[in-house]
Amino acid sequence: MNALVPLPVLLPLCVTGLKLAIGPRLQRFQRFISLAVLGAVLVLSVLLMIAADRHGPLSVHLGDFAPPIGITLVADRLAGLMLTVSSAVTLLVHVYSLGQGMADRDDQTPVGVFHPAYLILVAGVSCTFLAGDLVNLYVGFEIMLVASFVLLTIGGTATRIRAGSTYVIISLFSSVLFLVAIAMTYAFAGTVNFAQLAGRLQEAPDGARTLLEAMLLTVFAIKAAVFPLAAWLPDSYPTAPAPVTAVFAGLLTKVGVYSMLRTQTLLFPGHRLGDLLMLAALASMVVGILGAVAQTDLKRVLSFTLISHIGYMVFGIALAGRGSISGAIVYVAHHITVQTTLFLVAGLVERRDGTTELTRLGGLAKSAPLVAVLFFVPAMNLAGIPPLSGFIGKVGLMRAGIDNGGGWAWALVAGSAATSLLTLYVMAKVWNLAFWRDAPPGAEGEGVVLESAGDEPGDDGDDEEDEGDPAAGAGRGLPVPAGAVVSAGLLGQSITTTKRLPWPMLLATGAAVALGLLYTVLGGPLTTFTEAAAAELLARTPYIEAVLGR
Amino acid sequence: MTVSLSLLVAAAVLAAVGGTLLLTRSLTRILLGAVVLGNGVNLLVLASTGSAGDAPLLYPHVIRNRVTDPLPQAIALTAIVITLATTAFLLAMAYRSHQVTGSDEISDDTEDRLVALRAEFLDRRGELRDRYREDRADGGTSPEQRARYRDARRRLRKRVREERAYQARANDVSGNLWNDILGADPEDYREGRERGTTDATGRPGPAPARVAGPSNDPEETGREPDSRPGEDSCHPSPDQPDDPGGAGTEGTR
Repeated sequence: MNALVPLPVLLPLCVTGLKLAIGPRLQRFQRFISLAVLGAVLVLSVLLMIAADRHGPLSVHLGDFAPPIGITLVADRLAGLMLTVSSAVTLLVHVYSLGQGMADRDDQTPVGVFHPAYLILVAGVSCTFLAGDLVNLYVGFEIMLVASFVLLTIGGTATRIRAGSTYVIISLFSSVLFLVAIAMTYAFAGTVNFAQLAGRLQEAPDGARTLLEAMLLTVFAIKAAVFPLAAWLPDSYPTAPAPVTAVFAGLLTKVGVYSMLRTQTLLFPGHRLGDLLMLAALASMVVGILGAVAQTDLKRVLSFTLISHIGYMVFGIALAGRGSISGAIVYVAHHITVQTTLFLVAGLVERRDGTTELTRLGGLAKSAPLVAVLFFVPAMNLAGIPPLSGFIGKVGLMRAGIDNGGGWAWALVAGSAATSLLTLYVMAKVWNLAFWRDAPPGAEGEGVVLESAGDEPGDDGDDEEDEGDPAAGAGRGLPVPAGAVVSAGLLGQSITTTKRLPWPMLLATGAAVALGLLYTVLGGPLTTFTEAAAAELLARTPYIEAVLGR
Repeated sequence: MTVSLSLLVAAAVLAAVGGTLLLTRSLTRILLGAVVLGNGVNLLVLASTGSAGDAPLLYPHVIRNRVTDPLPQAIALTAIVITLATTAFLLAMAYRSHQVTGSDEISDDTEDRLVALRAEFLDRRGELRDRYREDRADGGTSPEQRARYRDARRRLRKRVREERAYQARANDVSGNLWNDILGADPEDYREGRERGTTDATGRPGPAPARVAGPSNDPEETGREPDSRPGEDSCHPSPDQPDDPGGAGTEGTR
């Protein structure tokens, strides 16, 4: 069983090589192997999750080099669950991207870029989930990031290059910071293996531990887009093609959350930066959702809710109790699925109407009822309406906060309740503007002036002067150029809108919605599983024994 | 563990230089910053070995405990490779940015910029008007003052127009697939610009014509070309009915 552990990383990488070797030929075969490998990764992940649940963490020393020299991969309950959820989501997004006709245009390009980059991204994500040491975690991040650079700037249009530069520079900086943290860890402990570090960092001086903890937290907070370090996200995500944004929103930030969860529980138990983390969590939740309230573009709204809801997971990590960690894990699984689904729906809307600008949309509930349903369910799920999985996650976290009983914990509980309500408000706003109201008169083709620089009505004093000036009042209408987000397909061309949506897109989105509902149906087993995962994380010995031997 | 001070100082200096360069706007400088910063951190990783010893080769008669720890070297090697990949990507991006927008500078977040621009515009206009009214209340205005006022307003509007044109250009979706993927030959590009299918180069200024290309159909994008050279003095606006044909162009943004 242990031999299966490296496969979620290896398979996508090997298939990428194969695809690059084949080149632009054999389109059908290429599509088939992409789907096949993603399906295989999903099956493997489920197997790993079940095995980790039954027999404890599985670990592999690659090349049979013992730590600290060798590379260690570990699959415990948490890693298994994350792998399963992420591979299910990547498979669905892949089906969606095939439907969007992205792959169809590959024969026009020198090398099909999207699919290889996508598979490498999947490999990188798997690698971070399975990493058993800091360096391998770093490498996993880098694999993922380099692939994400390509995906984010794909097509090379001006908007995407601009958005991509911010993203690349921020990622670069956080990677460098990560490397510094690794160097310092090694200097302190003489190892980078998590299991060995868990023991050795206990003996390290307090100042050193706090320094390492702060550095690693900063790195992961940048990746996870926790509030003060989140400004890059709404700037860069919305410009990418819908499937890319969806998979980024679902997975990339959660990889940061996962790393935070892993290092905080394993390396820094009883951590002293808990208060700081709680503050960051609270600020993320509140500032993020207030940002979302102010936006008028669906993709930007969703980007801000993403930042806001990262706060919930950090909340769970900061409390560091069994219940809160369990709640955070449920929330990660729920949020990966729901956020991805919402971005996929945004893609459907964009596909249908050519824009995601809320001021231009309208009447979708009548004209596209299926899309409306597909939006409504995950939107309510995100807000945490009772039977849905968002509710389960939020209740778990809030209960953990109340049990904790500290001042910060109460503040966080209050903050998360307020955020939840505001999320509902934001989603209702989107629903009303895009789906429920009648289509605005200018919606077809001609577009709308979005905002005007409100000239005060009493501007009559100098009218006679203005008459002499032919361009007087040119600033009055001050129209906003397309609200920054332009609908563009994978290759940067303006998107083709079709009133009939391709069935794979609808199927994939529907399946993602169903996956979100499945968490509710399987709520009992899911929470039992996450409770066990949290206990395993906090106990630490199963992980350490699995890696180092008894 | 003893660490070589010179190694640490070198790492710190490189990191400082790299960090400073990273804060600039030009992508080329950022690229250099990334390289320098990466090297500085690699030195730091090497410094985590402690003092240097013998080469870590396990041939016979080597004294094991005098050998340098090879693990940081392996980590540094990995980091070098990754820095190389990122550098290559940044280089390509700087080139592409130069191709598309005519400069490799990173512009602000468009939304941020819009908010800032609008606030600034309203402020400045209000200020101008107040001053003008004061002048008039003080006992009439001279033609010279009136001209100055008009001039100031015109300059302000011009700035807004330039900004808008720049943003419209930055938002553009180019129609030419091959040029998007491969990067066009300079010849193709010039030709394309004359035909108006590719992005024009140049910083803010009167925007060059952006006539919609084949797949840049206004029906699809809901956008039309912004301003054209020669229309400098008169930019149409929807609430300006005395401008012939103005509303049509402006309303489509």
